Amino acid sequence: MALNGVFYSLMILAFLAFFVSRFLTLKTVKGDIRRLHSRPVYYGLNSLFLTVFPAVILLIFWSFAQSILIDEKVKQQIPENFITEDAPLNLIMSEVNRLSEGLKQLVDQGTVSAAKVKNEGSELFGIEDKLESAGVFLSSSISPEVLSASRSKFAMEAFGNSTRNWLAILVSVLGFLWSLKNSTAEFRARNHVERITLFLLGTAATLAIFTSLGIVLSMIFEALRFFGMHPWTDFFFGSTWAPSFSAGSELSILPLLWGTLYISFVALLVSVPIGLYSAIYLSEYASKPIRAIAKPLLEILAGIPTIVYGLFALTTFGPLLRYFFGDGGFLGVEWMSDSRSVITAGVVMGMMLIPFVSSLSDDIINAVPQSLRDGSYGLGATQSETVRKVILPAALPGIIGAILLAASRAIGETMIVVLGAGAVAKFAGNPLEALTTITTRIVSQLTGDLEFDSPETLVAFALGLTLFTITLGLNVLALYIVRKYREQYE
Amino acid sequence: MTETSQTNSLFKISDKTKNRNAAERRFRIYGILAISIGLLMLLVLASTIILRGTSAFQQTFITLEVDLLESKLDKKGNRNIDDIKKVSTFGYSPILVNALKKVLEKHEISTSLKKKALGGIISKSAPSQIRDFVLEDVNRIGQTVEFKFLVNGWIDGYIKGRYSRESVANSKFASAEQFDLIDQLLEVGVVEKKFNFDFIFGADASDQRPEAAGIGVAMVGSFYLMLVVLVLSLPLGVAASIYLEEFAKQNAFTDIIEVTISNLAAVPSIVFGILGLAVFINYMHLPQSTPIVGGLVLTLMTLPTIIISTRASLKSVPPSIRDAALGLGASKMQTVFHHVLPLAAPGILTGTIIGMAQALGESAPLLLIGMIGYVATNMPTTISEGLLSPNSAMPAQIYEWAKRADPAFIERAWGGIIILLIFLLTMNTMAVILRRRFERRW
Repeated sequence: MALNGVFYSLMILAFLAFFVSRFLTLKTVKGDIRRLHSRPVYYGLNSLFLTVFPAVILLIFWSFAQSILIDEKVKQQIPENFITEDAPLNLIMSEVNRLSEGLKQLVDQGTVSAAKVKNEGSELFGIEDKLESAGVFLSSSISPEVLSASRSKFAMEAFGNSTRNWLAILVSVLGFLWSLKNSTAEFRARNHVERITLFLLGTAATLAIFTSLGIVLSMIFEALRFFGMHPWTDFFFGSTWAPSFSAGSELSILPLLWGTLYISFVALLVSVPIGLYSAIYLSEYASKPIRAIAKPLLEILAGIPTIVYGLFALTTFGPLLRYFFGDGGFLGVEWMSDSRSVITAGVVMGMMLIPFVSSLSDDIINAVPQSLRDGSYGLGATQSETVRKVILPAALPGIIGAILLAASRAIGETMIVVLGAGAVAKFAGNPLEALTTITTRIVSQLTGDLEFDSPETLVAFALGLTLFTITLGLNVLALYIVRKYREQYE
Repeated sequence: MTETSQTNSLFKISDKTKNRNAAERRFRIYGILAISIGLLMLLVLASTIILRGTSAFQQTFITLEVDLLESKLDKKGNRNIDDIKKVSTFGYSPILVNALKKVLEKHEISTSLKKKALGGIISKSAPSQIRDFVLEDVNRIGQTVEFKFLVNGWIDGYIKGRYSRESVANSKFASAEQFDLIDQLLEVGVVEKKFNFDFIFGADASDQRPEAAGIGVAMVGSFYLMLVVLVLSLPLGVAASIYLEEFAKQNAFTDIIEVTISNLAAVPSIVFGILGLAVFINYMHLPQSTPIVGGLVLTLMTLPTIIISTRASLKSVPPSIRDAALGLGASKMQTVFHHVLPLAAPGILTGTIIGMAQALGESAPLLLIGMIGYVATNMPTTISEGLLSPNSAMPAQIYEWAKRADPAFIERAWGGIIILLIFLLTMNTMAVILRRRFERRW
């Protein structure tokens, strides 16, 4: 029985369970709802939960356990002398996985019978041609060891899956029958249902923790594998980024970090003054209608997808800069050889960050109590003096928090730098030259055909982990500062 | 002493006051300047998008009467479909050139162009267009049929003003003679510029045929992504918010959850891409480049946004509602599900739409799970195919076009951005209307 079938049967059983137990319960009190402990729907729901959840839990856990167990079994089956330097175990295993997937496809199409694949004694003639015509392409001709391993994997999987599916249905039916026992007026159905619901709600809430754990663990594992292949001293303290597919790559984060920080700095140089002055004007000077128009308009800038900014940098802003500073350009200087540069990416990223700085600062400036302003005006200060000498110092921690948040955005931004910053990894000071960033390198190392056992690919996880740590640190710091500041006035 | 008292007359403004007032004016001007720069940037961005993108919706077409010659397409003459299938698209180009020549004769246009350059006017997708037409019904061989073909991207670029005779002087893709011919054909109405529906509904095309590329399949990919995001993140997000807002006890565990959620909201999107690659593809062996994986990644990314907005709208339901329900004998769970949740629904919906709009525009994580490259070529026919077969998404498709060298693809990238922004605008407007219409002030 296929997995689809299991789902349909579970659905039918759930449907049955709900209505049967609701009906039976109502029958015990002869339709007099007042004599029931809970409303009839809860008896139905209770039965439905008992029918569905144990079966689903079984399905999930069985599937996980099965994939791990079968993997181990198949690994043991491959003869030890078959594993060589050229064909390490994980490569063979991926071949086996592909082949057994292919066999499954052939069986599904009806080209080969399942029994024939499972029976190790029978020969599979011309299996390669059949696989190819089914659209499964294998790197080399199939060796008998790999074929037998994949056949036994196929057999084990088929057995495991059908056992799991039947067992799931059995559990579901048992749960249904068990729940019928509770179709009595005294049964506290609502309490049971609510307890299960609460458990489900709590599980959903912990998902955030699992996601974070997933992020951290997945990156740590792969990064550790990377540090096993590549010296960590080179990664953190080397000076060159030069991945090469023959041996001897130099993979140091420092030039990338330099590019990232340089571009982020330019972005902040653009966004902080503009954002801050906008916020001050909007909260202190602007009339209500102007504020009502200008604020949402500015905030549109934050809602535009970053790919739009990236394309703008690549095809409009970069060429414009080059027109002024490039070879044979308007100003007659040759400072720019490529339309992608630190300024290109930095300024466009700054555009994107303006609303971040302005909205957050606006909130913070508005949170400064009116009494401080009144006090300042009362002493004869002008409006600008009040802003500069009273409001800004009072709002400073919050504004610093806002800037830190914008900085963490800038450091983690991907599309603008991928399209606008270039791919040169070095310590260059000229802002009109192309530089590269951490995020750009992550994208370039992780796109295309991937080999998950070369340091050139795995370095992306170490880069990602570093990026995650930096942005997380900035965020925690920013939130801490903002929270501390808020406590002073509220 | 006496001097200062004279200058401090109430009727005469002192220098210091003047300076202070000037500083005040300057400060105010800085503020106006900052806002103007911000708004100017928005204006520049918007006008760039419109100026560079609208031309993608127009395409140059050529109308030709094609003789489907038996001598070229079915040499044996027995209409056997297997034999006809053996004629590759290459075999169809001569009849295309013949058709073009026929049109030139009819309108008495002379040209010095050789066969190959003449055929180069028409898109490389034209032969396969005829071939598909013939294979649909082999009895069409021998007939004369009117076709509407796309014109080659370079020629289209000339008509749209992207190339001039000087700029193609040394090009091997187009020549000034071709442009002369096109001008004449435009005059007689054989060639015309029309609205191109294929750009909106069509599939991506290879590097050689920018004129045939469309964003339709990627749009469907985006639709399936959003479907996955909606189905997963709305129930999970609402459940998590209800737990945290209504049931969770104030303890260390709840604190950890809350801190994690607020931190997740600020994790760079590319990190979610790395997670998706490592967990869903490398560990769980889900198929690469598919909307289901992309949707899972975007779900994890959108969840914090939805949780934060849902909690805010749950919080805005006044305690008196809860008290009243509890007072009438409802259980805590009944209070939440029967009263609080329906009242908070508009706010939850608004937050969900905004979160989905964010997810729709996101491209960085999709690059890492392989939703780029030449993948958006087949329109999925069933739901499972839509979820499980490799596809692209709108922002990823735009990125893919931006990377290709031909300026015709850049034009399409901007056109794609217009479509993407229309979707985002619609979603955000919906959110605003929902909020306006159903928001309650307690």
